[in-house]
Amino acid sequence: MEIMTNDNWLLTVGTFLPLVGVLVMLFIPKAEEQLLKTVAVITAGATLAVGVLTLFRFDYGQAEKLQFFVDATWIEVIRSNYTIGLDGISLPLYFLSMVVTFLVIIYTWDNMPDAGNPKSFLILMLVLQVGMAGTFVAQDLILFFVFFEVVLLPMYFMIGVWGGEQRQYASLKFFLYTMFGSAFMLVAFLALFFQTGAESFSFMHLVSAGGLISNDVQVWIFAGMFLGFAVKVPMFPFHTWLPDAHTQAPTQGSVILAAILLKLGTYGFVRIAIPMLPEGARAWAPVIAILAVIGIIYGALGCLAQTDMKRLIAFSSVAHMGFVMLGISTLTTLGINAALFGMVAHGLITGMLFFVAGSVKHRYHTLEIKRLSGLLKQIPRMGWILGFAAMASLGLPGLAGFWGEFPAILAAYSPGFGLNVTLFRTLMVIAAVGTVLAAAYLLWLYQRTAFGEPSPEFSGHTPHPVGAGVNAEHHGDHHGDHHEEIRDVTPIEWIAWTPFLVAIVVFGVYPQLMFGVMDPAVSELVARLGESLNP
Amino acid sequence: MNTSVIAQLNEWVAPTIDWHALAPELVLVLGINLVLFIDLSLGAAKKWAMATLTGFVFLAAFIPVVTLAVIGDASREMFDGRYVVDGYSLILKAIFLLAAYVLVLMSQNELEEGGYYQGEFYVLMMCSVLGMVMMASARDLIAIFVALELLSIPAYMMAAWRKRDSRSNEAGVKYYLLGVFASAVLLYGMSFLYGTTGSTKLTDIGASLVEGDLLGLQVLAVVFVLGGLAFKVSAVPFHTWAPDTYEGAPTPVTAFLSVASKAAGFVALMSIVMLALAPANSVVRPMLWVLAALTMTVGNVMALRQTNIVRMLAYSSVSQGGFILMPLVVIGTGNAGDSVLRAVIVYLLIYAFMNLGAFSVVIAVARRTRSGEITSFGGLFGYAPGLAVLMTIFMASLAGIPPLGGWIAKFNVFKTVLDAGDTAAYVLALIGAVNTVIAAAYYMRVLRQVWMAPAPDGDISPIRVPSSIQAALAITAVGTVLLGVLPGLVLRFGDITDLTGALAR
Repeated sequence: MEIMTNDNWLLTVGTFLPLVGVLVMLFIPKAEEQLLKTVAVITAGATLAVGVLTLFRFDYGQAEKLQFFVDATWIEVIRSNYTIGLDGISLPLYFLSMVVTFLVIIYTWDNMPDAGNPKSFLILMLVLQVGMAGTFVAQDLILFFVFFEVVLLPMYFMIGVWGGEQRQYASLKFFLYTMFGSAFMLVAFLALFFQTGAESFSFMHLVSAGGLISNDVQVWIFAGMFLGFAVKVPMFPFHTWLPDAHTQAPTQGSVILAAILLKLGTYGFVRIAIPMLPEGARAWAPVIAILAVIGIIYGALGCLAQTDMKRLIAFSSVAHMGFVMLGISTLTTLGINAALFGMVAHGLITGMLFFVAGSVKHRYHTLEIKRLSGLLKQIPRMGWILGFAAMASLGLPGLAGFWGEFPAILAAYSPGFGLNVTLFRTLMVIAAVGTVLAAAYLLWLYQRTAFGEPSPEFSGHTPHPVGAGVNAEHHGDHHGDHHEEIRDVTPIEWIAWTPFLVAIVVFGVYPQLMFGVMDPAVSELVARLGESLNP
Repeated sequence: MNTSVIAQLNEWVAPTIDWHALAPELVLVLGINLVLFIDLSLGAAKKWAMATLTGFVFLAAFIPVVTLAVIGDASREMFDGRYVVDGYSLILKAIFLLAAYVLVLMSQNELEEGGYYQGEFYVLMMCSVLGMVMMASARDLIAIFVALELLSIPAYMMAAWRKRDSRSNEAGVKYYLLGVFASAVLLYGMSFLYGTTGSTKLTDIGASLVEGDLLGLQVLAVVFVLGGLAFKVSAVPFHTWAPDTYEGAPTPVTAFLSVASKAAGFVALMSIVMLALAPANSVVRPMLWVLAALTMTVGNVMALRQTNIVRMLAYSSVSQGGFILMPLVVIGTGNAGDSVLRAVIVYLLIYAFMNLGAFSVVIAVARRTRSGEITSFGGLFGYAPGLAVLMTIFMASLAGIPPLGGWIAKFNVFKTVLDAGDTAAYVLALIGAVNTVIAAAYYMRVLRQVWMAPAPDGDISPIRVPSSIQAALAITAVGTVLLGVLPGLVLRFGDITDLTGALAR
């Protein structure tokens, strides 16, 4: 892996800038809600601006090299450095995390969850952003681990304090599952460190030295990493925390969880587990593929059984991440490219779906599919957006979702490095059936919620008591009005959502935009795998 | 007979005393007398001055520790190498004095408001700290035993300090009876060691024991010594006194026992195992392995069931002790010596910060709620966000979540254990990994109360935190966070070759 040390301040600033905002916000009294929100938006905006600058300064002709590289002393004694860098694999995800955080904070402007206290909420979100961005730039295992874990506590509190009815259960479950995975992951990291001669935790060193470890040991170390990353993805059978966490999390939490946090796991596979342990990856690839396909089918069937819109979207994440993992498990350039594309696409699309679900909940105070109907008549724009996102999610060609799923399935036709072709082709067929099921549950969801007449319960004539503070505040000019007004998409929502919608179309029509960035890095990764596996 | 003794007496030369090296101990001795005499002549209204004075004594004792460290010459040996001041002992002395200073800050209000005997309390506390400071330098069975008793006996009395409270009495008596029993076991083991090797000096014992050819008595001696010390560090199955004593004792004393006194036990264990029992690795290693695994697991599982915060912290401290034992298991393997020292010392330091911090929050909150139940922390985030955030830092650090101090402590332990690289080490590391998850469950339960539950009695007036406790919280919080983000600051402590160098001799 070659390095380029141009503009090496960019990543550090981009990663830690949110902390400046956090510091400022700590000194603003809780009651100054508008000021707090302004500071948060400005901070996230400034971070995004640094991100945009990163996009411009990135040398796309050499996307396989680590750019903006920094290697500073951090914990000398344990041979861990502050090593950061960005290449074609991490750039899209790094930038996505900044965009999503910025838009989610804008969305929060007038969609604060019921528990209130925007100060803590926004501070947690900014801390979360540091962890997410840091995970994608880290080029040192220990640094990676620290950032990977930094996201845990803010998300725990976000779900636990601002979540739904079952929030305490869901947040603890989320926390313990992830903690369980990462405990084993840490042991695996250390084992890898010692097996490669205890010289350095830097990715570059481990990628070149990891392949020399004997096969059995690689398989064991991979097992530890697999636990850590698979819980985070989440893969079947470690997925059970996800529906609970997603359903109970506030809208903002769900969006961030779907758009970024789940990607930390898949990113870990692509960046750490597979390149560092090629033999381990080859041994585990069939297992990953089988679990991925089980996830696709199981997720889809789970979706069909859901009665709650948000829970349905959560289960669809299990299925979509199954496609991503299937792509990764083929160990081919095509498959891994598809997986990376699928990660971004899923982030945009499912994030969008969770936004819509949150806004529907905000208006109707329920997400029960039975009670919702006629969205297209009552709030047509919202209905169309839901339809658009659902189409994107089921993999309609021309929208971003397609380019994550189709090439992943295609790649399974000819897996790399002597993986069992029959097995993968069988899995390919099953995964293809999964796309049909995806169409089924999404269209069914859309049909039940958007078509038909608005249910009399919400048709606008029935008086409906206004809930606690938040709603009254939201409809500023309707104070004291006890009629629930169901509004269509608000300006703030348009601002927060338009970038998602545009991106879904742009990447759908011109996927090369992202493939072009990723492909050089992925090709190099697979080429290096080839050197270890077919000497 | 008599003549030969007299003849020896004539040959006797007074050992050279390095006054600088002994200065921390001497300052403490002076301080003890000073506080004792001033206390006698002070009216009840002015007893508060005792705490301040004690704090100053600890800080004064800190000065020679710093100057010795700055001079930084090779180890200063006294009494034929039985009392050594080197890098290793200086760091430990610093940890003990720092912890003691924070503990004075934590005790001040509790003692003043409870109307307890302040002067006497601080005198006993200083005696105990003197024992710990000596323990750091002791390299001889007798010196270790004297230090151990010096630090334990005042602690027995401190545990029973609330003398009109039957539970405090129970705490003291239980601690005393089991403590004396453990001392007896330890002494018995030591006598065997002396009897079979002919020396009480640790390095001499290490040189006399023959690897792979231990006498039966020597095996017995090792088992007794380790068993006796296991009591001091409340390792399972010698932990049964800990929860009752911790719950019954006044909270600052509990903090004292679970941090300072426990750390001293580990220091004794570390010195003995490393210097004297290295050749007995075939006995030491399996025994410590089992102790570590049991201590972590049982401590955690019991902590899960607790509803009282102090009891929970008691079991949590048992389980943290298991983590500190982990690196000692691999002490005799390969080149693990340095990293074992580093892992244990760094863990002790960070553990002191985070656990004292957690106890400070408990004291601050209990002043208002008058309750030790975990549920009494409900709604804390609503009415005391500062304390809530601090509690979050300490609990998350105890759970080992980066980037807080507890994480780097645990990381070091895992790293040291895996460095040994054999199956037993890997299994132990995996047991440790599972235990971090179990531990996270009960630490998170506290945070769940703090952040998500409503205040139990609906009382949401802000909590007034006395300035001394504020200071304790500030010191511990800064330490916990700083060591997590920049662990390089203390990890250099591990580059001490003195102790291992001594082993080679």
